Amino acid sequence: MDDAGPHEIAEADTLTPLHPNHVKLLRVQAAIAALPLTIGALALELTTELPTGVVIAPVLLLAAWLVIRVPLRRHAARGYSLGADRLRVVRGLWFRSDTAVPFGRVQHIDLAQSALERMFDLATITVHTAGTHNASVSLPGLAPADAAAMRETIARHIRRETA
Amino acid sequence: MSADVSPHRTAPLGVLVGAVRNIRQAVLPAAAGAYGLRDEFGGIGFIAGFAILALAIGGIGAFLKWWRTTYIVGADAISVESGVVSRSARSVPYERIQDVSLEQPLLARLLGLAQVKFETGAGGADEIALAYLPLAEGERLRELVRDRRDDSAPAPAIDGDPAEPAGQVLFAMPPRRLALFGLFEFSLAAVAVVVGATQQFDFLLPFDLWDREAWQELLGAPAGRVAALGPLAQAAGALAALAVLAVIGVATGIGRTIARDWGFVLERTAKGFRRRRGLFTKSDVVMPAHRVQAVELTTRWLRRRFGWHALKFISLGQDSGSASHVVAPFAQLGEVAPIAAVAGFALPGDETSWQRPARRAFIDGAVLGAVIPLAAAIGLLFSPVPLAAPLPLLAVPLIALRQAYLWRRARHALDERYLYTRRGWLAPRTQVADRVKLQSVEIAQSPLARRGGYAALHLGLAGGTLSLAAVPLDEARRIRAGLLASMAEVDFAKIS
Repeated sequence: MDDAGPHEIAEADTLTPLHPNHVKLLRVQAAIAALPLTIGALALELTTELPTGVVIAPVLLLAAWLVIRVPLRRHAARGYSLGADRLRVVRGLWFRSDTAVPFGRVQHIDLAQSALERMFDLATITVHTAGTHNASVSLPGLAPADAAAMRETIARHIRRETA
Repeated sequence: MSADVSPHRTAPLGVLVGAVRNIRQAVLPAAAGAYGLRDEFGGIGFIAGFAILALAIGGIGAFLKWWRTTYIVGADAISVESGVVSRSARSVPYERIQDVSLEQPLLARLLGLAQVKFETGAGGADEIALAYLPLAEGERLRELVRDRRDDSAPAPAIDGDPAEPAGQVLFAMPPRRLALFGLFEFSLAAVAVVVGATQQFDFLLPFDLWDREAWQELLGAPAGRVAALGPLAQAAGALAALAVLAVIGVATGIGRTIARDWGFVLERTAKGFRRRRGLFTKSDVVMPAHRVQAVELTTRWLRRRFGWHALKFISLGQDSGSASHVVAPFAQLGEVAPIAAVAGFALPGDETSWQRPARRAFIDGAVLGAVIPLAAAIGLLFSPVPLAAPLPLLAVPLIALRQAYLWRRARHALDERYLYTRRGWLAPRTQVADRVKLQSVEIAQSPLARRGGYAALHLGLAGGTLSLAAVPLDEARRIRAGLLASMAEVDFAKIS
């Protein structure tokens, strides 16, 4: 894919990339997803009379691609920018999406850390809006300190506006 | 009004309404069960036992529910405790209640009761409802909630009589208009049900419906002569059957429309827009004017030829399902525009500078749509009937035609205050949204959209959805920049 082609949504220079640890997180998630397929292929390989490697080799190649290459590209496709009055979240490798939420439309903010995220010292921030579409916009792969600072920035803006 | 912190029960008579509803819900499954088991346990005793059981369960269930439900109208919140086995307590602060709606199903209305629903915008099961309260108590609660909530907000106008604020009638439907509306609401579903029923339940008839000889016997000699007339008479018979079905469809449409929209009145009161309608189930909804986020103008292909449209308010705290906030179900454009204007929205006119969508998107849509019939055709080619292969391909021109029409109809416009969109295939659907009242803006691109240089623009709208399906990318960015600028000027707290 021509990632910097003229038809791209995002003007890449204005975006902040996610934390480098996010790639590792994506890799672990991909490995977990690829595990059942690999085990199934292994079982098939051991139980049938097919020539050695006919099933397991392509499956292993696919798994390696999913675990090594795809997370890099997915990471590169993601980014955000925290403007003076809005949060912009860009994501998606095939189906690109670029969402902008003005701070003045944020209803409340969630900070979350799953067990995996804690392993890599990452956090996800989710902003909720009143809209039916994009009722909640999540931005994963942030350093917890950055996420907390972001929450403070948005909350301060809301307090100032409603006061 | 002073806070009353003692727990109340709902109206005892409501048990009766609840029991009847429970029993009614049990009737169909019970009948189906009895029908299924009719060979094993024939006999009236079995059916009577079944009926008594259904009555008892329905009645006891309704009583327990009534007995275990209490509500407290507190100083700053309404709380409801309910649950027969597992208890739940929910408390909703007055500021969070968007609206209070009163609903009166037929039986409740006969007993002077109403279901009181507190709409919070949570939607569906998260709303709290009290079924049933005396109507007067419901109206008192509604006034109380509005007064509490409006204490903080600036009073929009001076109320002459707080109990029954007189409103200016914006739209009403006299019986003649209603009947005309019903004609356009022709019900194909009813026709299908009748046709299905004649095939399913023909055993109930004393003869075989589909047996021509039985008919001839039943009608005697004249039928024999009719049959002797040959294909002409058979065609006449088919026409008669079609006419009967048409009458059933029209009658169902009119009946349903009258039941739903009888006495339709839309008023502008000090508290917002008040809509009352319904013949058997009366509904009375009030929408605070400042909560209207967008307006939607819809029509259908036949009624459009006669200029009939429907106007709907998309508002925060919209109730779910078909009980949408239609404010003028069947009106001419000249009647609709003033209603929208009162809500602060302008319908698109001659001066609106419409923009066309990206044509490429609709060509892509046609190509994508052709994939399925093409695959089916290829599949048939290798099947036992290869001659049928061209048949699915007949769908391709239809798909292309549809995309062409979609492209012709789709358009959007952006002026200083509103975002307008129009789309639809057979009949256009127009949406007008206040720029300031949008919640978020998303630009989305599929792989095809990236190749074609267009994008979809999804706008966050409270209570509804709004998107521009295919806009050239540069324009999408421009629209987004403009919308974000006007959204950032005003905080949510000031628009809701």
